[in-house]
Amino acid sequence: MTNSIAEIEDSQCVFVIGSNTTVAHPLVAHRIYRAKAKGAKVIVADPRRIHLASIADIHVSQNLGSDVALVNGMMNVILSKGLHDKAFVEERTEGFDALQEMVKNYPPERAAEITGISAEDIVRMAETYAGAEAASILYTMGITQHTHGVDNVKSLANLAMLTGNLGKYGAGVNPLRGQNNVQGACDMGGLPNVYPAYQVVTDAGNKQKFEDAWQAKLSDRVGYTVMEMMHGLEDGSLKGMVILGENPVGSDPDTTHVKHALESAEFLAVIDIFLTDTAKLAHVVLPGASYAEKDGTFSNTERKVLRVRKAVEPVGESKPDWQIICELSTRFGLPMAYSSPSEIFDEIAKVAPSYGGLSYERIEACGIPWPCPSPDHPGTPILHKDRFTRGKGLFHAIEYRPPDELIDDEFPLQLTTGRYFPHYHTGTMTRNSPTLHAEMPEGHVEINQEDASRLGLKDREQARIVSRRGEIVSKVIVTDSIDPGMVFMSFHFMEANANVLTNPALDPICKIPEYKVCAVRVEKLEQVQAAAAAE
Amino acid sequence: MELNYVRTTCPYCGCGCEMLLEVLDGKLLGTFPAKTNPMNQGKLCIKGWNAHEFVQSPERLTKPLIRKNGELVEVSWDEALDFTASKLKEIKDAHGGDSVAFLTSAKCTNEENYLLQKFCRIGFGTNNIDHCARL
Repeated sequence: MTNSIAEIEDSQCVFVIGSNTTVAHPLVAHRIYRAKAKGAKVIVADPRRIHLASIADIHVSQNLGSDVALVNGMMNVILSKGLHDKAFVEERTEGFDALQEMVKNYPPERAAEITGISAEDIVRMAETYAGAEAASILYTMGITQHTHGVDNVKSLANLAMLTGNLGKYGAGVNPLRGQNNVQGACDMGGLPNVYPAYQVVTDAGNKQKFEDAWQAKLSDRVGYTVMEMMHGLEDGSLKGMVILGENPVGSDPDTTHVKHALESAEFLAVIDIFLTDTAKLAHVVLPGASYAEKDGTFSNTERKVLRVRKAVEPVGESKPDWQIICELSTRFGLPMAYSSPSEIFDEIAKVAPSYGGLSYERIEACGIPWPCPSPDHPGTPILHKDRFTRGKGLFHAIEYRPPDELIDDEFPLQLTTGRYFPHYHTGTMTRNSPTLHAEMPEGHVEINQEDASRLGLKDREQARIVSRRGEIVSKVIVTDSIDPGMVFMSFHFMEANANVLTNPALDPICKIPEYKVCAVRVEKLEQVQAAAAAE
Repeated sequence: MELNYVRTTCPYCGCGCEMLLEVLDGKLLGTFPAKTNPMNQGKLCIKGWNAHEFVQSPERLTKPLIRKNGELVEVSWDEALDFTASKLKEIKDAHGGDSVAFLTSAKCTNEENYLLQKFCRIGFGTNNIDHCARL
């Protein structure tokens, strides 16, 4: 997030796109309700009638994967009506001319054709967003999990820069991170192209810096992303894999392919707290400790570094994961002798400039948002205040591209995926929580009445859902919160996991898979069984 | 009997709500929202309120496991760690450091993520490290 969560309630316009905030980030949703109560306009762009749609001043259901066209359409209106922040564009940005040229291709009528939203609604959205003194954009995976995910994000950045909504209180471009420490895992260099604090591995100076700090020879070649690792295991270029606290069998697209890849590994070690579907494929499983059984820090979606404190001893013989890594490294021949997480944190502060001024002592009372380069620095709740990281903000002229997989006669429905309120990701934690499990013990596929009637499906009946990659059986929920032509599933339930169906096609830049759109068909289970029996 | 409340950060989404874990004699009893945190201000969602439940679940892994004759069987830490270290060394020596890849975790702490990427980069001379940021 460029801005903090608390600021959202003082925003004059909250534009939520591709985020089911009440379900996935309830405490952010709370701030949206407060903003609304204080008079803010709420705009929701989501293909489903999610709960936030019911309080929105404007709710639109865009066609899956049409976000670039929607945002370009809004910018077309803003420019043609002169609603943009001319001073901000002049002083703080570059590339405006190319953007202006490109946006001419998206008059509201054309944007309406691509997005399925009326031209009037696009004009209203543009006027409402640009008319606010401070407008905040909130998004999650509905924006990023596309083969044009990077384009979607850059388009939203264009919109915010065009209207001067960056670097000021209550504004910003705010991706809501889906996992407690996905921000921190990125900050710590858990990525194939960067060392801690986003210092790129291909830069000779960075490599030298880390070689000196770690007293080791390092590589300047960008490594594999997770999907490339799966391909590497299959083609034999990768032989061994170590997985810490992740369940790619449940969370990656095209489960069948992922399982096959992991089974191809010569050696697979998994460190986890439960025997996940991924751990079941391992040669070695090491029992880690949960968040309640160890000390450490998490960095939340606002970049705030917060303390994790040990409350109980690890169950059985399980151990804190940091100790497991130290012992493994030592036995591998590289002694790691850290006495506590706080000692590790002090090393992080030395090599990661944005964490440079942080220590356990400083974050004891309350978390501090990075960048915090020195011990006397108060932290940075709002990014890009006077300048962007690169100096001037760069507009990217981005054209709309359709999703990778389109519907056809064989697969006539579009599937999109997401979360439900009591569950979390692949269900490893929430389905082992009796209260949460009781709230929703099984998964289902949401379908519109019109499609259900055509297929002869009744509410709560079992159906078969088929894509080019696989098939699953799940209970049908007939609902008007989803438009005809589209179905929705979660990926919480391993026995009927949407990721058996999802498309592993990747964004060419960031390599994110297109979870949010693929083509499927839904079949009445009795007919399938009758046909099988007849054969 | 000893009752304690330990302030910590929620393990679910990226909001970063602070909460108090209620501990009676080493057992987790409940979760309460922290009122002092300016983000969640004394509130939690349904997942947060129940964040203690999975920690001491009977399904938790309590011992290291190694696959023997196709089955995962319980072994000692020494055996599991020695086996893992020697297999990784064997693969690195035979095929080079780029033949090994690591997935680090958006569920683990910063310190753990830092250590795993450091082990990957210095131990294998490769940048084959990623996690589920995209998933």
